[in-house]
Amino acid sequence: MPVSTAQHGQPQWRLRTTRAQWLQYLAWLAGVSLFLLCWKLISDNTMWVFVEDAGRQGADLISRMTPPEWSYASQLWKPMWDTLNIATLGTALGIMLAFPVAFLAARNTSPHPLVRSAALVIIVSSRSINSLIWAMLLVTILGPGVLAGIIAIALRSIGFVGKLLYEAIEEIHPTPVEAISATGASRLQVMSYGVLPQVMPAFAGISVYRWDINIRESTVLGLVGAGGIGLQLNASINTLAWDHVSVIFLMIFATVLVSEWVSAKVRHAII
Amino acid sequence: MSTMSSKQRQHLAQQGTWRRLPLIASPGLRWGLVLALAVYLVLAFASVEVNWARVAEGASRGMNFLSAFMQPDFVSRWDDILAGLLESLTMTVTSTVLGIALAVPVGLGAARNIAPLPIYVICRSIIAVSRTFQEVIIAILFVVMFGFGPFAGMITLAFATIGFMAKLLAEDIEDLDWRQVEAVRATGAGWWQTLNHAVQPQVMPRLIGLSMYRLDINFRESAVIGIVGAGGIGATLNTSISRYEYDTSAAILLMIIAIVLLSEYSSSHVRRWTQ
Amino acid sequence: MLTLSGVGKRYPTGDRALNEIEVTLPKGQVMALIGPSGAGKSTLIRCVNRLVEPTEGNIRLDDVELTSLSGHKLRQARRSMGMIFQEYALVDRLSVMENVLSGRLGYVGFWRSFLRRYPQTAVAEAFRLLERVGLAHAIDKRADALSGGQRQRVGIARALLQSPKLLLVDEPTASLDPKTSRQIMRLIRELCAERDLGAIINIHDVALAKQFADRIVGLRAGEIVFDGQPSELTADILTTIYGEEEWDTTPEPLESDEQNATRPASKRTQASNVVTHMATGGAS
Repeated sequence: MPVSTAQHGQPQWRLRTTRAQWLQYLAWLAGVSLFLLCWKLISDNTMWVFVEDAGRQGADLISRMTPPEWSYASQLWKPMWDTLNIATLGTALGIMLAFPVAFLAARNTSPHPLVRSAALVIIVSSRSINSLIWAMLLVTILGPGVLAGIIAIALRSIGFVGKLLYEAIEEIHPTPVEAISATGASRLQVMSYGVLPQVMPAFAGISVYRWDINIRESTVLGLVGAGGIGLQLNASINTLAWDHVSVIFLMIFATVLVSEWVSAKVRHAII
Repeated sequence: MSTMSSKQRQHLAQQGTWRRLPLIASPGLRWGLVLALAVYLVLAFASVEVNWARVAEGASRGMNFLSAFMQPDFVSRWDDILAGLLESLTMTVTSTVLGIALAVPVGLGAARNIAPLPIYVICRSIIAVSRTFQEVIIAILFVVMFGFGPFAGMITLAFATIGFMAKLLAEDIEDLDWRQVEAVRATGAGWWQTLNHAVQPQVMPRLIGLSMYRLDINFRESAVIGIVGAGGIGATLNTSISRYEYDTSAAILLMIIAIVLLSEYSSSHVRRWTQ
Repeated sequence: MLTLSGVGKRYPTGDRALNEIEVTLPKGQVMALIGPSGAGKSTLIRCVNRLVEPTEGNIRLDDVELTSLSGHKLRQARRSMGMIFQEYALVDRLSVMENVLSGRLGYVGFWRSFLRRYPQTAVAEAFRLLERVGLAHAIDKRADALSGGQRQRVGIARALLQSPKLLLVDEPTASLDPKTSRQIMRLIRELCAERDLGAIINIHDVALAKQFADRIVGLRAGEIVFDGQPSELTADILTTIYGEEEWDTTPEPLESDEQNATRPASKRTQASNVVTHMATGGAS
């Protein structure tokens, strides 16, 4: 923290030096300009008449959505069951695939730097691409249905679980691993005795967390034809049956809240 | 066999017989859970209907897609790709800034240790609604309200950002080091001063880190909300996939991956710089 | 039995950790390795079982040249050298029995160890060792539920289950209180005598080294500067090893303490026995 002497001899204290202060001003200026520029681009592409009309549209939407047509709920059990299956089976498949990838990607367990890079590429690609995009691709390849949804969820989960798990592996205590190696254990034995017990709680927590996220993601996969409650949502929107849409929304809301609660409980129990 | 006393286990170990302790001590519960899992798996797999003929038919298309990754086509739809990416990026920036600006007050209000109860309840419900619905669902509603285009997308992402950031910020504030807050309060500081001198320094580094992370998420999400008409690269991607122009889709996906990589790389630098 | 000749270690950064180490350890001898932090004590014993690769010299255990081994042969050599660590290096989330049995990993195949199906003789031996170190009651406890001294006993049992010819002991007492330290050192000493094992013990505490070792080797900046009987270790020599200090003020260990030491140990064992019964009472 700089202390300088002013002209009349009194020492002065400032939080930053003059140079740092100017740099900070410049950074703010750059940031604000970037924001304004982006805003301008968006504003150019926007039909402001529609935006001004939004309040009325919103009110209209709400009046169409209420009251929800409760009887429609009885048709939603099967899609909801499909949605749960997509999330659960997809998560299971995803973590099975992510497990070896994470061990290959962690610096301290990877057999070779080249293997490590390959594993990191898998993780990054999987993470960058949203499950909805995976689903779009898989629907054109496998045809519409739950299977495409399961695989889409699995492909997206590899990156998420893989990344968090390999970070957990890199953070383990090295001494037990050293001790197990010193007994003359083989590579796989060192993994199963020295590494695995240390990362197991993290692994379980990450998996449950991802399952919770996947429930949310699998509710929309139907929009591109990959099964689950999204199919009904898409159909209702296309036929402008907004009183059905509100039932679906409430259903999703309840399911996600329950899954979040379950996931929080399980993670709490593990840690 | 499994609920034997530790004396019995010691005696057996002395004879050289030892088994690992089961994770769940009660055998009834253990086998019950295994059975329940098995039943669920059977039911779940039974309800997955697969049209194998269709899958076989699609296999060649799958190969096409993989080979398209080897030779992506950036050229033939370059204008569309560029416009889409630019729109995605602008949506990302504006929505992140707006979202965080709104998330900070909501986050403060949702921290039980500094907010009064009524405000806490309101802020927590905003967070719950924002977090429950997938971005795409929110985008559908906003597209109906604001019309097609990036504006609806921006509002969607900003709304999703509020839930994400406010929840994490509130959790941070809830477990901050209370002694520092007391120390500042003890000097006679007011609510705002306490916030500025005791709370802000503790949560700021993580807030910046999370903002960078959210920027990253918003970009990835901006690539999908275009599917329902909310602007961005998603619309271009959707078109190319439904036309089976896999080489263009591959090009778009590769660019998304590259941008995510770049942003992750730079955000790790920013985080180190703010620590 | 163990012979180090011309052993050196240079790190890729250029730092020299060890230089021209010449030591021979006869069968059954307990050798203490003393020296300031950073003198290369840990590096030296890790070179012996190749957790650290020596860059120069030869290390022979009986007739086996250790420095050139790899793969299966190296694992076989490692299992004949038990290692005991400073921070115990137990796997916290495994039970005491699993930790001790991990000493047998060099002898069994992967699936056998993964499913914890160890040979009956190995389990019986593991239990006998746990009884010997006073922890038979704790076989099903998790390693992180034990006290420091108890953990180190588990570490010792693990090392001995390897049926080693030699013990490599790295600062066994650094994380323990003075009394527990003495108990642990006495235990290691007794076990070496029972099994006629040689041992290299890295230790900071000169008084403990003098009391429990047959021979003391002083290391300074990667070189041996003293090698002799504990009685020969004078204040002058300590100055060569560690640098200037008023060594005479180091308190000599008290004889009476040594005789009383075993009593409280068994008392504590009983106390934790009670705790075990209370903890498992609900399940049984």
